[in-house]
Amino acid sequence: MNKMETMSGAKALMTAMEKEGVKQVFGLPGGANLPMYDEFARCDIRHILVRHEQSAAHMADGFGRVSRKPGVCFATSGPGATNILTGIATAQADSAPMIAVTGQVPVKMIGKDAFQESDIIGMANPVVKYAFQPRTAEEIPDVVKKGFYIAETGRPGPVLIDIPKDVQTNEVPMTFPNEFKIQGYHPWSDPDIVAIEKTIDMLLHSEKPIILAGGGTIISSAFAELQAIAETLMLPVVTTFKGKGAFPETHPLSLGPIGMHGHAEANKMMAEADCVLAIGTRFSDRSVGTFEDFEKRLKIIHMDVDPAEIGKNQTTTLAVVGDVRASLRVMVKLLLQRAIKKTEESTWVKHIKETKQYWKENLKLHPGEMGAAKILRKLRELLPADSIVTTEVGQHQMWASLFYDVIQPGTFFSSTGLGTMGWGFPAAIGAKVAKPDVPVVDIAGDGSFSMTENSLATAVLEDIPVIVFLLNNFTLGMVAQWQRTFYNRRMIGVDQGKCPDYVKLAESYGAQGIRAQSMDELDRAIKTALSSDVATVIDIPIDPEEDVLPFVAPGTSLADMILPS
Amino acid sequence: MWAILTLLVENKPGILFKVTHLFRSRNFNIDSISVGVTENPDYSRMTITTYGDEKQVAQVVKQLDKMIDTVEVKQLDELKTVYRELSLFKIKISNANDSMEINKLANAYGAKIHDAKKDSIMVELIATPDQTKAFEELAKPFGIIDVARTGVAALQRSGT
Repeated sequence: MNKMETMSGAKALMTAMEKEGVKQVFGLPGGANLPMYDEFARCDIRHILVRHEQSAAHMADGFGRVSRKPGVCFATSGPGATNILTGIATAQADSAPMIAVTGQVPVKMIGKDAFQESDIIGMANPVVKYAFQPRTAEEIPDVVKKGFYIAETGRPGPVLIDIPKDVQTNEVPMTFPNEFKIQGYHPWSDPDIVAIEKTIDMLLHSEKPIILAGGGTIISSAFAELQAIAETLMLPVVTTFKGKGAFPETHPLSLGPIGMHGHAEANKMMAEADCVLAIGTRFSDRSVGTFEDFEKRLKIIHMDVDPAEIGKNQTTTLAVVGDVRASLRVMVKLLLQRAIKKTEESTWVKHIKETKQYWKENLKLHPGEMGAAKILRKLRELLPADSIVTTEVGQHQMWASLFYDVIQPGTFFSSTGLGTMGWGFPAAIGAKVAKPDVPVVDIAGDGSFSMTENSLATAVLEDIPVIVFLLNNFTLGMVAQWQRTFYNRRMIGVDQGKCPDYVKLAESYGAQGIRAQSMDELDRAIKTALSSDVATVIDIPIDPEEDVLPFVAPGTSLADMILPS
Repeated sequence: MWAILTLLVENKPGILFKVTHLFRSRNFNIDSISVGVTENPDYSRMTITTYGDEKQVAQVVKQLDKMIDTVEVKQLDELKTVYRELSLFKIKISNANDSMEINKLANAYGAKIHDAKKDSIMVELIATPDQTKAFEELAKPFGIIDVARTGVAALQRSGT
């Protein structure tokens, strides 16, 4: 317990955040959060101004996923608060640590339908890990301490702190607690050694075992452990889309993501496996297709930090509850103790490698010079391995999943759960703030990018040079693909026209805009962007008729892929 | 299957909203709910009865347990639990015989009579939901004017 000092609630908030190591806040000021904004004049926390609160939340989200510490965003009451809701819901769906701080009307005005009043606690409740509304200034240090703890421990998630304006301005003697107690929250459970022993035996006694690595593997940074286990037991690794890059995709045992737009070889092998070690995944419909098919065929070992995920979507043979990294560490240790190390390739692994080779040679790609595969492979070729990639949501996202191989684990991030268009660009800005020394690229489509393109102002004014790699088909491409596939080519509401001109748009913000219409131009554009110290939009016009294939239609089995004809 | 859940929660504003919201957003049903402060004023006890298959009930328990405001969540075994709800029935009286019959019925169920009037009578019944339903069936022919039920309150028996 520190010495008591009299200060305002707003100052207590900033002081408490500094104690948590916060270096910057993404946000936008308004009437109800002005006292907090005034504190930026007196503290070392950097403020990064956005042009829309949704982007502030996505920036905090991107920062949080890359740094694994909660990113912080600020918004005012009413519309400011409702604007960040999409960003909060996105972070919740993808288990990203975040602290969202909103201003609220003074305590006495709550419930009176005051100007810019919204019941953000009520609205946000279903999409936050937890929400606080301190009613007195004294509560603030404790609330911040608990908020950060809740956001970053266990299965991470967004925490909302809604602070009435008078609570921000009231000056009271403050104490900053070092300890606190949250009775109903127990994020750490010790690794379940008995279940882990059983896991090893089940994998050893299966003919066609496989690892399915989900987003939890990335959240807990269990990369080295995962690779050690895969190599020791010679297990092929597929991932979910959120788990993409949990395992180096250039590794001989890697098959890439499964799912609706999974790699053909990954879906095929997943459909043939007899035992799966599923790590940190919730078996989303987009990943596994129909659940019935999945559980009929397979022995499923489900490893997850969240006990509520066990059996939620998928009946499992064996549950291993606990932090994924801690559990995998125990598994590595047990394998060592038992001196288990496979050295000879099983028929299954040989079959996996052959299948992988087959699809490498036989998956039909777009014949044009500027097909998605060629474009993304060019990007991969020129980007250093430690570069961070975010994506928007749509066709480009799925092409990125198919054709951009993650070399260094934990360098690929996307809005996978909520599927929020407009996420990638602001998230890239947040990622670049977390890791300023590596290139950060948002693989984008024109539909998504236009949703948060005004973050160009933030990138330019705050000197955060990220690259927007824009696969521009002038169309809401994924919707168009569904209309072509399931609605007899009735194209409704998908044409974006040639509007805007993204090169001019970038330039109007003071960013760099480059159009790349051939592979040579693309090569030069990527190199120019990588060596520039200003945000760059590379506008790459592509064929609006190109589909993302393979495609597992909703509600069908992974084995039934629609392939390029 | 019918299940009784007991929740020990922090006694703070907004918790009831969060619990009921969880049922709605996760597509579970609330059959009845009763809430009251415990012997320790820092906590409230909620008793929720719900319908669902075994998997759904297990999932709702896990989701409630995951909530940060819940301190303890348990599914109670009916056989090892005392569970009751209080109901008030306002029943129509058409003739003197009705009044006598309802009194007999109330007696058989250990219910109390309140507010006996010429054309109506109020019965207070404390019983399990099954017994309450049986009482309601028997009272129906007289004409039930109104019913108010508290929802189930439940506690596990000691030593079980």
